Amino acid sequence: MADKNIVLMQGNEACVEGALIAGMRFYAGYPITPSTEIAEISAAKLPKVGGKFIQMEDEIASISAIIGASLTGVKAMTATSGPGFSLKQEGIGYAIIAEIPCVIVDVQRGGPSTGLPTSPAQGDIMQARWGTHGEHSIIALYPSTVKEVFDTTIRAFNLSEKYRTPVILLMDEVVAHMREKIELPNPDNIEIYNRKKPSCNPSEYMAYRVKDQDIVPEMASFGDGYRYHVTGLVHDEAGIPTNDGNIAEKLLTRLVEKIENNVDDIVEYEEYELDDADEAIIAYGSTARSVKSAIETLRERGRKIGLFRPITIWPSPKKQIESLAKRVNRITVVEMNLGQYYLEVDRIAGKFTNVRKFNRVNGELISPKDIISFIEEG
Amino acid sequence: MVSQLIDKYFRTECLPHIWCPGCGNGIVLRAIVKAIDNLGLNKDDVCIVSGIGCSSRASGYLDFNTVHTTHGRALAFATGIKFSNPNLHVIVITGDGDCTAIGGNHLIHAARRNIDITTIVFNNNIYGMTGGQYSPTTPTGEKGTTAPYGNIDYNFDMCQLAKSAGATYVSRSTVYAANMIIKQVEEGIKNKGFSFIETLTICPTYYGRKNKKGDAVDMINYLKDAAVNISLYEKLSEEEKEGKIPIGEIYRTTRPEYTEKYEEIIKLF
Repeated sequence: MADKNIVLMQGNEACVEGALIAGMRFYAGYPITPSTEIAEISAAKLPKVGGKFIQMEDEIASISAIIGASLTGVKAMTATSGPGFSLKQEGIGYAIIAEIPCVIVDVQRGGPSTGLPTSPAQGDIMQARWGTHGEHSIIALYPSTVKEVFDTTIRAFNLSEKYRTPVILLMDEVVAHMREKIELPNPDNIEIYNRKKPSCNPSEYMAYRVKDQDIVPEMASFGDGYRYHVTGLVHDEAGIPTNDGNIAEKLLTRLVEKIENNVDDIVEYEEYELDDADEAIIAYGSTARSVKSAIETLRERGRKIGLFRPITIWPSPKKQIESLAKRVNRITVVEMNLGQYYLEVDRIAGKFTNVRKFNRVNGELISPKDIISFIEEG
Repeated sequence: MVSQLIDKYFRTECLPHIWCPGCGNGIVLRAIVKAIDNLGLNKDDVCIVSGIGCSSRASGYLDFNTVHTTHGRALAFATGIKFSNPNLHVIVITGDGDCTAIGGNHLIHAARRNIDITTIVFNNNIYGMTGGQYSPTTPTGEKGTTAPYGNIDYNFDMCQLAKSAGATYVSRSTVYAANMIIKQVEEGIKNKGFSFIETLTICPTYYGRKNKKGDAVDMINYLKDAAVNISLYEKLSEEEKEGKIPIGEIYRTTRPEYTEKYEEIIKLF
């Protein structure tokens, strides 16, 4: 069909395309492998749609700048890899407590530290969850294909706007640099969520008061006549800093619950060949692609095995993993780290079924052959 | 007059402020709002961004669009705000540690870009909020709680730093010369580019006590005696310059401003 928009696209490129469709009009970043194409493509495309690109002096400046941009009502994103992701934790914490929507892409590479800069890894699963200090919840998404990078980036922006929170988009080097043929949807058919703005008289605006029917406070843009205070300190409903322990507890609880109480809305996952399965593998990102290939072979050899693939990594799909655990005799968590998501799966599923892990951290992909051998040996 | 400014520009429900008796920060803050008043800026169009430290608490007291950011990052946040909405008058309030230690990198790069932000540094030569540790502007030989035997670091001349990095308006004043601060903040806001204003203020509680500088009045009198207008200072011999602090307009030039240059790129399409 002539009106189909079919393109050959790289994961990092699909991320920018999705971001632009979602409404990104500000990008601040710092060069780092293997995420750099996201900055390069943003630099080329943003001015064409009236958006802004800036290469900041470092990773902390980049996340600070996108938080600043978001305060003016603009959808903003930054992208990085492991070393930069560590530095961005300061800003992620700020965006959590001050409830500033923004998207942080982490194209993972081998770590810790400078690690294996050009090799794939999935070592930032727990940093995404607990990298910033203090009590908090977080939304982290992890696509597995180039098309899914496009869709999930849009979803990252939508969730960020809806829940007024930073959303982390995890990729691995394979997904980011892989090229695939994808069909881009008609932008008119894509659902875009924009933050809710206040309509009250500015003198009545309480920047951090949640209306009864809402999940988060309405967010005014700087310059729109609603003057208010934004701080990383614990603050009251007017945004004013306070040391009041009751207010602190109420705020921190609300910030966690706005995510944890809406897990059903936030969680996205794929079930593959699980209907009749008595054994399951849990994997995400590029690793899940190897698992799918392995499952085809294992099924040909008579095993009833399937894949559960979380696309929303955090908050974890607890309900679905628990249900799975009650249906299968064994779950193997396959990941390019030494067992980070295994900890979460075992926490949820361990009391219902046998949970084990299959890992690799040598900078190479986990191949279908490796997975087949591991499953068949044990 | 002061109470009128308070009613007009302060969130009175957030007062009293947290600053110690004798602190000079209130003088600087009053000068900033007076400058804004003199220029007749619409409060909705003004954005005050601060970092972390004693002086950075000022943003919370002011009735504008205000952001109290993370330590050292005020200029990076401000860059995002100004770049995404160039219609806002963006003013950064920061301290000597916030601006030249943890935020030093952001300072030199904001200056290098000549982005239209007015930065006002409250320089009290010490980390006050954390209890008196030496900062990059604590003079060599002076004491702090982390320099119990005297500071062996050399201190920054932050105006020269900002000038070298590319700021297009650079000035210095003291809390004794309060009217000079007002004038400089006005000039800084009017300058289409990166403006850097150092105000020498006093911390009797930590810096003063640790270094036996006397009380607040003694410390302000010291600033009065040490400060020399830049035009006179430049005529002094090297010997006469010893112990003197040049104040006034240190540097001014014109250079295309960052957000305007980017608008030209947008216009290409």
